[in-house]
Formats: sequence, structure tokens, C-alpha cells
Amino acid sequence: MDLTLDGVTNGAIFAAVGLALVLIWRATRILNFAQGAMAMISTYLAATVVEHHGSYWLAVAVALASGALIGAVVERLVVRPVERRPPLNAVIVTLGLLVVLEAVAGLVWGGGLRSFPAYFSQVGLRFGHRRVAFSDFDAYVLVAIIVVLGVLVVLFRFTDTGLRMRASAFEPEVARLLGVRVGRTLTLGWLLAAAVGALAGVLVAPRIFLSPNYMDAVFVYGFTSAVIGGLDSPPGAVVGGLVTGLALSYVGGYVGSSLEDLGALVILIAVLMVRPQGLFAPRAERRV
Amino acid sequence: MPEAVSSAERTARRPRAPVTRPAWLRLPEQPMARHLVLGVLASAALFAVSMAVGSYNDYQLAQIGINAVAIAGLSVLVGTNGQISLGQGAFVMVGAYGAGLVLVHTKLPVALALVVAVAASGAFGVVIGVPASRLRGPYLAGMTLALAIGLPAVTIKYRGVFNGEEGLSINPLVPPGGVDPQRWLSWVVLASVVALLVLVANVLRSRFGRAFRAVRDDEVAAALVGISVARTQVLAFAVSSACAGLAGGLLGLATGIVNPGGFSIVLSISLLAGMVVGGTGSIVGAWWGAALLVYVPQWSSTIANHLGLQSGQSSNVALLFYGAVLVVVMLVAPSGIQGGLQRALAALSRRPAAASGSGRGAGVVAARQPVGATQVSSGLPEDELPGGSG
Amino acid sequence: MRQSVRRRRRPALRALGTVCVVGLMAAACSSSSSSSASVPSAGANETAGVTATSILLGTTTPQTGPAAPGYSEIAPATKAYFDYVNAKGGVYGRKITYKIDNDMYDPSQTATLTRQLVLQDRIFADVGPLGTPTFLAVKDFLNTERVPAIFVESGCNCWSDPKLPYTFGWQPPYTDEGKILGKYVATKFSGEKVGYLYQDDEFGLDGVKGLDAEIPGSSVVGRQTYTATPQALAAGLGSQISALKQAGAQVVVLYTIPAATALALLAAAQIGYSPQWVVSSVGSDPPTLTGLLASFSQGKAGAALLDGLITNAYLPLLTDTANPWVAGFKKILAQYDPGAPWDGNTEYGLALGYTFVQALQAAGKNLTRSGLVKALEEHGSSFQGPGLVPTTYSATVHYGFQGSEVVQEESGGQVLNVVNPPEVTTLTGPITPFAQATSPQPPAGFGS
Repeated sequence: MDLTLDGVTNGAIFAAVGLALVLIWRATRILNFAQGAMAMISTYLAATVVEHHGSYWLAVAVALASGALIGAVVERLVVRPVERRPPLNAVIVTLGLLVVLEAVAGLVWGGGLRSFPAYFSQVGLRFGHRRVAFSDFDAYVLVAIIVVLGVLVVLFRFTDTGLRMRASAFEPEVARLLGVRVGRTLTLGWLLAAAVGALAGVLVAPRIFLSPNYMDAVFVYGFTSAVIGGLDSPPGAVVGGLVTGLALSYVGGYVGSSLEDLGALVILIAVLMVRPQGLFAPRAERRV
Repeated sequence: MPEAVSSAERTARRPRAPVTRPAWLRLPEQPMARHLVLGVLASAALFAVSMAVGSYNDYQLAQIGINAVAIAGLSVLVGTNGQISLGQGAFVMVGAYGAGLVLVHTKLPVALALVVAVAASGAFGVVIGVPASRLRGPYLAGMTLALAIGLPAVTIKYRGVFNGEEGLSINPLVPPGGVDPQRWLSWVVLASVVALLVLVANVLRSRFGRAFRAVRDDEVAAALVGISVARTQVLAFAVSSACAGLAGGLLGLATGIVNPGGFSIVLSISLLAGMVVGGTGSIVGAWWGAALLVYVPQWSSTIANHLGLQSGQSSNVALLFYGAVLVVVMLVAPSGIQGGLQRALAALSRRPAAASGSGRGAGVVAARQPVGATQVSSGLPEDELPGGSG
Repeated sequence: MRQSVRRRRRPALRALGTVCVVGLMAAACSSSSSSSASVPSAGANETAGVTATSILLGTTTPQTGPAAPGYSEIAPATKAYFDYVNAKGGVYGRKITYKIDNDMYDPSQTATLTRQLVLQDRIFADVGPLGTPTFLAVKDFLNTERVPAIFVESGCNCWSDPKLPYTFGWQPPYTDEGKILGKYVATKFSGEKVGYLYQDDEFGLDGVKGLDAEIPGSSVVGRQTYTATPQALAAGLGSQISALKQAGAQVVVLYTIPAATALALLAAAQIGYSPQWVVSSVGSDPPTLTGLLASFSQGKAGAALLDGLITNAYLPLLTDTANPWVAGFKKILAQYDPGAPWDGNTEYGLALGYTFVQALQAAGKNLTRSGLVKALEEHGSSFQGPGLVPTTYSATVHYGFQGSEVVQEESGGQVLNVVNPPEVTTLTGPITPFAQATSPQPPAGFGS
């Protein structure tokens, strides 16, 4: 039971990162390897705010705002030139960016581990005489992720902006002809994605401590979640996140922690064998 | 009107007979022979270089060779066959442990251990290639990423066989009398790498190579022509992982230890970066990328040290340079170094006098590059990726 | 056909040209003009890195990357001590230059950088290389080249090896520590149920070997492991701690790195589990843990999680400001490594530097590599230094400290009480108490 709850709360974080990746994928068809590092910078900024001001909510706001800003700047300056190029170039550019951002964080804030406040109690809730591995903070994380997911679904499905974003991603030339400001829409996509990523960074930091590399592993699991769920589907990313989190938890609990990574791999392969484009992708026939 | 054309113009317009080189200076037409000759020439050049430089540079040469074969293998998979893989490091690891187990537990010679490394990794490539052939684009990337991260865990779980984090200790190569150990290492590495790359170049020129490219360019058309897409992709994985296996075996010899710490995701990402920056789809590009992976960190460290910072800061500054180099090269030379060179050379020889092909001759053909590399491509064609666009 | 022939022509020449260019680059990049092709003869290298006025030392440690937090502080602290010694005139008039290379805890990097240090920079000795898997990648190379590897920063049981005559350890082997902690647990908490949570590598395994030598097997109700990869730590230690709680462990021994210790404490707090914690010195640094736990539950409960935590120590306690070693080290750190925190890592680095300078002094004015090795073997066991127990170097033993005292934390890690006086042991020998009439004092004016 504790394992399940542990898995769900971890899974929510992975889902958030996965959501960010899905957003960027839908907006620009690029795999953003620097997603975790961008979130890390935002979270460091938030931590600085906490140190000087002490207000958690102000720090979260700073994280989201700085995340959005970083996302927009990165898209305009670094990613725009490679958007029309083969996708591998964008992968390398974002990898280079990842290295640069982690080095900058190391220079500015040092390589040591830091704690980050959780605001809500991280002590498990009481049910009768038992304490479960689920705390106020975990509930807050889940609620936050679900709210973000809801907002994104509404945005993509029911608003004009969402429609424009989808059009810009799939058929930029046609969209341009129809009057969509493609460039701006792509920037908006990155901006949103980076903000979601920053939120994930802030939510996971209290659990695993802040350091320049702390988002690396979370990014990997977020990527796994996005892939499992289907890179075009925000709800897929959330489901993928839950699957990944639960899988890690069960493998770690029943088989042993050394096989956790291998367990995630096996789950990933299993899912992709059945649905090669992820759980929630539209089935595209490739047979001739 | 014909009479109005001057004799000079007539001369200029007359198709010129090609100025050919004497037969002994031409490379043979037949692919295997051509590759062999090039391989021998390259080996001679590398040998000369290794004799001219000092001990530590010989070690760096060995490292370049190891990186080059791993990157070349990745290039076959990604550039020639169009399958993106973030997990080359996992195949390197399989080769390293394969050779390591042979060297630790048996008295077999080193050459045989390297063969085992290549075979083991190639076989593992087939195992991975089968499920991978069903995936495309980012989904394949995700699977290979998970492989790169998850596979080292096996060495920890099965501590009895693989000796966990401490890993397998490999006895260093024993050089013949009087030869510096690092120099001997560089010879062993470069000889085996060139040999394998000659074979790979042959494969790329064969019908298998054509099948790789056909599947990359248009799967449906390839299938219609009778090429088995899945089988081709599995074969590409096998070739790629065999190259990685050699790299792993040699890495164990060079480092003296085979433990999971040396095969983290950083290795896979570095190989991918080296491939793209050097020039995807090109064996020569693989050498550029390999050299970059060895020298850029060193240059970054030297620059950072000259800034006189404290050690922690200088390490971060070095990393900053390294990441910046990746980004800048991608923005400035999107087809990598090799592609940039090709364009530069093509631009230089696009002058009118040279346009008719004089000065060089027919019959001289290159082989250490897959034919498709002249298409300046450094990645998947844009329409390759699925994800709902179809 | 002719078209493609023409285009393929250039690549052939380019291939050769590339190889030559790479070679030229290789030659150009060699900063020194080392061109010897023969195996280095022993005699020529005895004084590598030593001049009349300087000694060049080098090391490889993780300065960036997931393994860097904490450990990246050690080498700069050692350098700070060397700078202090240089300011006092150096050792026999020679100033020490300490080159710290960043291997990011990647053994392949360690292999490359160490070869660069030895073959190109020509260091005299590799002082304080950090990590077990990383050092294993270079142990044979260093011994073949007859380069002393002094004070490997790892507690592996592997550094006192007749096949590695040039290699010396410094910190207590993990098994020794495990035995001392285990004996304390077996005596103080006899009859109680004990659980282990340890890192799934030689650090944890060797430590558990020591624990098992002292704690009766019937008392051990749970053995949980974790791997120290960033991925595994990102998923937390919740399942392992839950399992130990289920098993009913009243005492939990942690053989964990500081990040994992904090994760374990957090996980336990989250499920309302508070056993008696016993933590290896490797993972119990109070300032680090306090920092990591500070924000737990809005800062109210954080550091209090450390109260009652038991650990071992072989260097003066960080909080013992009356101790002249502590006072002196803090001054040196503040002056020569400003900005570095005073914690277990920096104390380790400074103390290691102190011991190394003692070895240099014992080696005499005619400094050679084998001279340094001999000096450590002959005089190492009589060094008077900051350690709470003496170093045990001899011709057959290349370990440094082989003992500890046991301390308990209070007031959120601010206060450390000695609950068991220093004891010494060996990997297979008995544990004996260690007492000295007066503990060694630093020279007068130490630190200024």
C-alpha cells in the first residue's frame, strides 16, 4: 500500500516533466533535453528567493515566471535556428544547452546539495493508528499536476490559441497562410512548457534536494513517461508518469533497488511493443 | 552562326578528354580492394603519427580510435539507416564486459577477446534491434535511452559474475620489448579499428548498405521493392553494436578496468554529440567527432585553468565551454564538421576551370565514406518522424 | 556513374588528409615535448615533479556531476593546507603545487586525466585521488609507472596490497568502521532488532562485513540496499525504509552517503518511524545533513531528526572549538579556501594535507618517489597528527587510520557527545581500546 502511494506521488512529478516535454513536442516537434536543466535554474532562483524572503508562494511564482522567460528566450535564440533542420541537430543543441545550464548553476550557486521547502507537511497522514506514505504535500503535488493537466487539455482542445499551436506544429506553412503568427505561437509553446517544467522542479526539490544535476534523473523518467503515454498526448504523459512511478516503486520494493532502472526499461519496452506510438497515440497504420 | 565562333571558343566548348592519372596512382574500382588500400594508407599515416608524438598523445590517439569506431557504428545506425539511438553506450558496455570476462577468466589471447567483444555486442544488437525495429523517432530514442540507463544495473545485480561497482580488472597489454606501453596500445587500437571500419565500409557499399539507405529514405517504397524493413533495421543495429563492441573491448584494455561507472548515459550522449558534430553518416566524420570528444574537454580545461579560477569554478567553466561548443557548432555548421568541409571544398572547386572535372581524373574513387554521405544530411529527414503527423 | 565517381574522389584524399590533420592536432596539442618512446626507466622518474624550489602534485576528484556534492570540497581544502605550508616556506624550501583534475567520478576520465598528470605534467605523486571505482582504473598504471598514490580517498579494503607497493590509503577501511560500530550496537542495544540499509557496492558491502562480525545474525531482521545512481535516489528510499519498519527494526544502521542518509531520515519521518539511527562517518556529516533536512516540514522538524543519531569519528569533532587542531584548521580554511564551509569534507581534506606534509618532511631533503614510500612505511605509525587514533603505516600495512570513537548527536547536530572512547582494530583482528596519555598537539601558532 505504501509502495503504491509512493509510486503515485513520484509518478505525478514524472508526469509533470512529461507534460512539459509533450508540450514542446507538440509545439515544435523537438525533444528538449534541456527541460530538466531549465527547471533546475528556475528552482534555484526560487530557492534564492526563499533564502532572502522566506515566502514559499513568492518563490513558486518566481520559478514559474523565470521558467517561462527562460523557455521563451531559449526558443527564440537557440532553438529557432535549428527548428527547420533535421531533428538530431535540435537534440544536440538542447544537450549542449543542458551542459551549459548545469555549468552556470555550478558557478553561481556551487555544486553542493541544498534543501528546498515544501510548505505543506511532508509527514504522512494518519488513518486510524497507521501512518500512510501520503502527506499533505503529496496531495498538493497531485492536485497541482491535475490542475495543470486540466488547463492544458482545455487550452489545446477548446481554445483558439491551442488550435493555432497545433496548426503551427503540424503545418507551419499552411498555418502561416491562414494568418497564424507561427513564430510567436512556437515561443508560446516553449514558454508554457518551461513553466510546467519549472513547477515540476519546485515540486520535486523538497524530496530529492537541489543540486545542478538533480533534475537529470527526473528528466529521464519524465521522458519515459511521455514516451509511454504518447508524445502527442498530455493525458498520456500523466498516465505514463503514473505507470513509470508505480513500476519503479514496485520493482524497488519487491525485487530490489538495483533493478529499478532495468524495471523501467522493461515496462517501456513492454508498452511500446504493444503500442509503438505510446498508449494514447492515434493508431497509424504502417503496413503496406 | 558557326563561322562567327572563334577558334578559342570552339576549343573551350569541345568536350575535353579527361586527364587521367597513371594507373598506379589510382585507387582500385572494386570496393573491397579500394577500402583495403585506403585502410592500409590510413594505418600507415596513423602509425607515422603515433611514432612522432609522445606517450600521452599516443594514449589520446588510442582514445580517438576507440571513440571513432563507436561513433562510426552509431553513424551507420542513425545516419545511414535513420534510426535514432541514444543507447550506444550500452553496446559499448556489452563489448567491454565480454572482452573483460574472457581476459579475466581465460588465458585466451587479446585478439580473441576482442572478437568475443564484437560478437557479443553484435548479438546483443540483434536482441535489441528486434523490438526496436517496431519503433520510430522519439519512441526509439526513449527506448534506447532507457537501455543506456538501465543496463549498467545488471552488473550490480549479478555481482558474482560482473563484480558490481568495482568491476573487472584488466591486465594491461604487454608491449614487445622496448616499445612504450601507450604507443603499443595505440597500435593495437588503431589496427583493429581500421580493420573493422574497412569491413563496415564494405557493408555500406554493398546491397545491405543500399537497403539501409532505402529504408531510411522511404520505408514504404523499400518494402514495395522487396526489402524487408524490419530485417534491415535489425542488421543495422547489429553492425552498429558490433562496432561499439570493439570500442568497449579496446576501452577495457586502455583503461584497465571495466566497471559500470564508465558506461553511464554520459557516454551515449557524448557519442551522439560527437557523431552529429563530426558529421552524421560519414566514417571520416566519426574521426572528427572522436577527436573532438578527446580534445574539447582538454582545451576547455586548459582555458579555464588559465583564467586562474579555483578548481571547482574552473571545472564548471570548462563544462560551459564544452556545452557552448556543441551549441555553436550546431548553429553554425548544421551538417557537422565533415559536411562543412565538404561544402567548403565543393565551393572551392566550383570554379569554371575545374567545373569540367579536369585536373583530377576519373577512376579515382573513394571508399571510406558511404555513397550517401555526399548528401549533406546530418540527421533524419524532417518527414521521417511520426507522432501523428501522418 | 562518372558523376558519383567524381564526387567520391575527394573524400578519399580527404580521408587521408583528415588523418594527417588529426595527427598534427595531436602533436600540436601536446604541451610538453615528451618524445621518448621507450619504457621509462625507474631511475629517471624518481624525482619527477621535484625541483629545488617546488613539488608538483596532482589528483583526480569529482568537481562536477552527481557525485560532486560534498566531495568536491575535499581537494580544495587539501590545497588550502598546502598553500598555508607554502606561506610558511614550504617543505625544505620547496613550494607545493597541487593540480586538481575533474574526473566527474567517471573511471574512463580518471584513466585519461591520470595519464595526463603522470606522462605530460610529470607530477611527483597522486595525492588524494577520490573514489573506489575511479581509482581502480588507474591503480595498475600508477604502480607500473612507480608513481606514489598517496592517501586514496576511499575506505575500500583494497589499498594495502602487496601488488600495489606505491599505493596508500588514509581513511579507516569500511570494515574496520563497521566492526567498531557493530560492537557498540551489539553491546549498547543487545537484544534489540537491528536493520541495515546500505549502499549496494563495496562501501556498503564492506561495512556490512564489519557489522556482521560483531552483531549476532539473529538480531538482524532486515537488510535493505539502494544503488547510488541519480535515478535510484530520485525515486527516494521510501520502499526500503517501509520494509525495515515492517520488519520491526528498532535500530537501523545506515551505510549511506549523506544524500541517502537524509533521504532515509526523511522517508522515516514521513511514515512516522523513528528507530535508533547508527550512521557510518561517511554519511553522517552534521552540517551537510542539517542543511539537507532544514526545510523539512517548514523548518520545524528538520534538524531535530538528527537528535540521538549515532556515528563514528576518527578526526576531532567539528564542534570541538576548544581543540587546537579544529581552531587552526578553521583559520587556515578561512584564509586559503574562503567561502568553503567548515564541515566533515573540508576537515578531511585539511587533515589529509597535514599527514602528507608530515610524510614529505619524513622523506627528507633528497626527495624521491621511493623515498616518500619508505618514509611512510617506516615513520607513518609514529606521526603525531590530528587523528583521534594513530595511523598504522608499516612495510606490510598501507592503511592509515584503523579506528574510531563513537559519538551521538544532540540539539540538531550542534552537539556531539562521545559515547564510546576510541578503539582500534584491523580487518580481521580484535577491537582494542586505544588510549594515550596526552593527545598530540599541533605546533604552536598553528593556523596563523
